[in-house]
Amino acid sequence: MSVSLLTLQNVCLSFDERRVLDRINLSLFPGQITTLIGPNGSGKSTLIKVILGLTKADSGEIERRAKLRIGYVPQKVNVDESLPLTVKGFLKLSRHGSQQDLPQAIELLGIESLMTRQVSKLSGGEMQRVLLARAILARPQLLVLDEPVQGVDINGQIELYQLITQIAQSLNAAVFMVSHDLHLVMASTDHVICLNHHICCEGQPESVAQHPEFAKLFAGEEQQQLAVYTHHHHCDDHDHEHLNQHQVVTEEDNTEHS
Amino acid sequence: MIDGFLVHALLAGLGIAILAGPLGSFVVWRKLAYFGDTLAHSSLLGLAIGLWLQINLTAAVVMSGAILALVLVSLQKQKHLASDTLLGILAHSALSLGLVAVALMDNVRVDLMAYLFGDLLAVGITDLIWIWGGGAVVIAILVWKWRDLLSATVNEEIAAVEGVNVALMRAIILLLLALVIGVAMKFVGALIISSLLLIPAASARKFSRSPEQMAGLAILFGASAVCLGLSLSWFKDTPAGPSVVVMAALQFVFVQVLPVSKRT
Repeated sequence: MSVSLLTLQNVCLSFDERRVLDRINLSLFPGQITTLIGPNGSGKSTLIKVILGLTKADSGEIERRAKLRIGYVPQKVNVDESLPLTVKGFLKLSRHGSQQDLPQAIELLGIESLMTRQVSKLSGGEMQRVLLARAILARPQLLVLDEPVQGVDINGQIELYQLITQIAQSLNAAVFMVSHDLHLVMASTDHVICLNHHICCEGQPESVAQHPEFAKLFAGEEQQQLAVYTHHHHCDDHDHEHLNQHQVVTEEDNTEHS
Repeated sequence: MIDGFLVHALLAGLGIAILAGPLGSFVVWRKLAYFGDTLAHSSLLGLAIGLWLQINLTAAVVMSGAILALVLVSLQKQKHLASDTLLGILAHSALSLGLVAVALMDNVRVDLMAYLFGDLLAVGITDLIWIWGGGAVVIAILVWKWRDLLSATVNEEIAAVEGVNVALMRAIILLLLALVIGVAMKFVGALIISSLLLIPAASARKFSRSPEQMAGLAILFGASAVCLGLSLSWFKDTPAGPSVVVMAALQFVFVQVLPVSKRT
């Protein structure tokens, strides 16, 4: 296996004495697509910020390859209407990207027709493409995406995931992305990490989908679709407190549905 | 016949308009209107300190504004009070403290009205040096750091990942704001200076398709408001600072009713 671009060892982070990240270990490798899934408030965005170096971890080791070039697509970019800015102007704000890179990125993402549009007026899917273009101007070795398909219709989502796969291949970049929907990303991911403050389970997408921890975490929405074994009773072999909380939520959800 | 002091007033006003255009645009984009107000109101405190220490008043106001800007940034990190509450408390207590302090100094006689509402017609050569010298520094920094300043304004996270020091960019904007308010306060007045930052930029928004256009147009709107306001003041003997603000406000209203061609 090649040398990792970035490795986290035993990374912990707490906000106001609440543990948000608990002993996280992970490595990202060139050419590998890693998908992070987990319920809302499970620490996904925080983990991304730690990986990007925007948030400092309380403890643990983070090893980055020297001069690691990162491209980042945030979850939501709202450019205020008070700021007039064309797509072209937005892309030119990048610190990276030569004269050549810009047309290449524009072509790769098929956003030629958007160049004179105002950023504040773009649709969700258009914005994601523009953000992706800005991210790849850095010629990233690591591409980090926080819910890249948010606010995009289902066809657009599949298309975007294909595009991300394609970009990762052409740049031989590692991809680390957050997703809500394992099924959509299954085809385009090599490694799945299931997060609920700690890493519940990880592995290839198929194996994670079958994993009882995964099923438990997504019980409400996923169990019908996946038809994997789940248990609703409190299990003695689990001592994680947060799992109990999740079961309570799950049971409430189920009563609402029935 | 045009008097020397009218020329001085025009030069001062135009200098301020050139600074207010781009900085006012940042105030609009970053939603710093209230922040600017707080800095301006508390410049009275800086004035009091300057009188007490017997140093150059403009320098005192600029320095105290800069310190206050940095204090405000660190105070905003606490979560107990929303920042508009905090700004409201600071703005008016600093203004009042300044007024009380000046009144307590019985050996000093200052025309407080001039500082609250400005006196564009009392500009001397030293003041012009402050405005144009300080202005050159402001413009140089803006031009030098323009892309990073803008990038951090559009999205701090993307900018930070690309290697921009976003905290520094935030500090630069606030310090330049303090500087501009400090040098302009004497002419436009502590109570209305922030409107000269805000209104031309707001008027310019409608016709702009890029940030640079907006900053440039804001300069033009500001400059024409200065010319119109000073004319009003000259011929009708109205207070100069408020006259300029009234003209800027009229421009804004006029711009709002104008139809604008939609190009997308």
